[in-house]
Amino acid sequence: MRHLMSPLDFSVEELDQLLDLANDIEKHPEKYAHACDGKKLATLFYEPSTRTRLSFEAAMMNLGGNIFGFSSAASSSAAKGESVSDTIRMVSCYADICAMRHPKEGAPMVASAVSSIPVINAGDGGHQHPTQTLTDLLTIRSLKGRLDHLVIGLCGDLKFGRTVHSLVRALARYEHVTFVFISPEELKVPEYIKEDVLKAENIPYKEVERIEDVMPELDILYMTRVQRERFFNEADYVRLKDFYILNNKKMNLAKDDMIVMHPLPRVNEISVEVDKDPRAAYFRQVQYGVYVRMALILTLLEVKVC
Amino acid sequence: MLNIGGLSEGFVLDHIEAGRSMEIYQYLNLDKFDCCVAIIKNARSSKMGKKDIIKIECSIDAIDLDALGFIDHNITVNIIKDDHIVEKKRLSLPKEIKNIARCHNPRCITSIEQELDYIFVLTDPKKEIYRCKYCEEKYRRKKR
Repeated sequence: MRHLMSPLDFSVEELDQLLDLANDIEKHPEKYAHACDGKKLATLFYEPSTRTRLSFEAAMMNLGGNIFGFSSAASSSAAKGESVSDTIRMVSCYADICAMRHPKEGAPMVASAVSSIPVINAGDGGHQHPTQTLTDLLTIRSLKGRLDHLVIGLCGDLKFGRTVHSLVRALARYEHVTFVFISPEELKVPEYIKEDVLKAENIPYKEVERIEDVMPELDILYMTRVQRERFFNEADYVRLKDFYILNNKKMNLAKDDMIVMHPLPRVNEISVEVDKDPRAAYFRQVQYGVYVRMALILTLLEVKVC
Repeated sequence: MLNIGGLSEGFVLDHIEAGRSMEIYQYLNLDKFDCCVAIIKNARSSKMGKKDIIKIECSIDAIDLDALGFIDHNITVNIIKDDHIVEKKRLSLPKEIKNIARCHNPRCITSIEQELDYIFVLTDPKKEIYRCKYCEEKYRRKKR
């Protein structure tokens, strides 16, 4: 029995198989409509989440399975002081697979150690969010046709953004990927990512402050939200915030086949006017999130569809 | 020169960096041992200039040498039995340590889950970096 704790749990070859399956689901959804008949997914969400929980639930329903669970710690037995280990032992008796989101880092790993059903980490604090990374990889491979030979710009909060760190680690396993980090000084990508991942593997990267300076060279622009509370003072926020708002004027500098991604929710870092641009891929990314979660559920439940 | 009596059974921890003996005393929970412990600070050393030494009179399976390897793998452990050194042990960095150090990340599951072991895994032997098994928070060993 396998669990998913980190996007690196899958080898590159296993990841290829998973993404192939997700693409087959995209092309032939009817083939998979009853693949999980009679199976149950428990969504154990100890903190609120809109997209991830709904995406998991949609994925299981698309496979013909059933869902149940809770959407906050307050409505679970955690409010009575039950441990994660005890909760998962109980849930193992009811469900065939579970997706767990928890504010404490490592909680899904604790669950996986005692669980008799596959556990999917659906986000544990600021630590890992592997199904977001799988979503990003499927989006890139589907829309760009490859995961190697890419120049990817990551823009916004690169210091605290776990999606950015996971994506860098995941893409670093492919050949000829160049990273362009676009952020204010205060929100630069952490030193350990540069030292342990990029410099250790001689992976090219550069750091800039302005999107405009690098836009023409990017194959992918991955936007994240710049939050006011991350800045030390208001003056710096006011000075820098507009650098990180993507609009049509900046899009005019980009290649015709560049794609714009965003883990969502978007606040104001991508102007609504960009939504109409065919290169805006962030809502298609949400759809790929459902396909990759369907593929993941099938893989972990070892369900084969001919 | 200060003279400390010999041991019939136990350990002599030699080549401890001068000044770190009390830290090791605490890590090994020697305050809880009902045995004779001698701490020698700032002893002369041809190799190190000065060093600390700890002599512990106890059964030779009473001390967790993995814990000692984690604290400082440069310490030499002399194992004494029947008044003789039966083994001179060089320590290495253990691959995993359990309940020797706590994870200080307040967002780590170890901060709330009942009876969960603190486990650190050696992720970079070159830089001597251990990370929490659950949240991957770094725990850097103190260097000599």
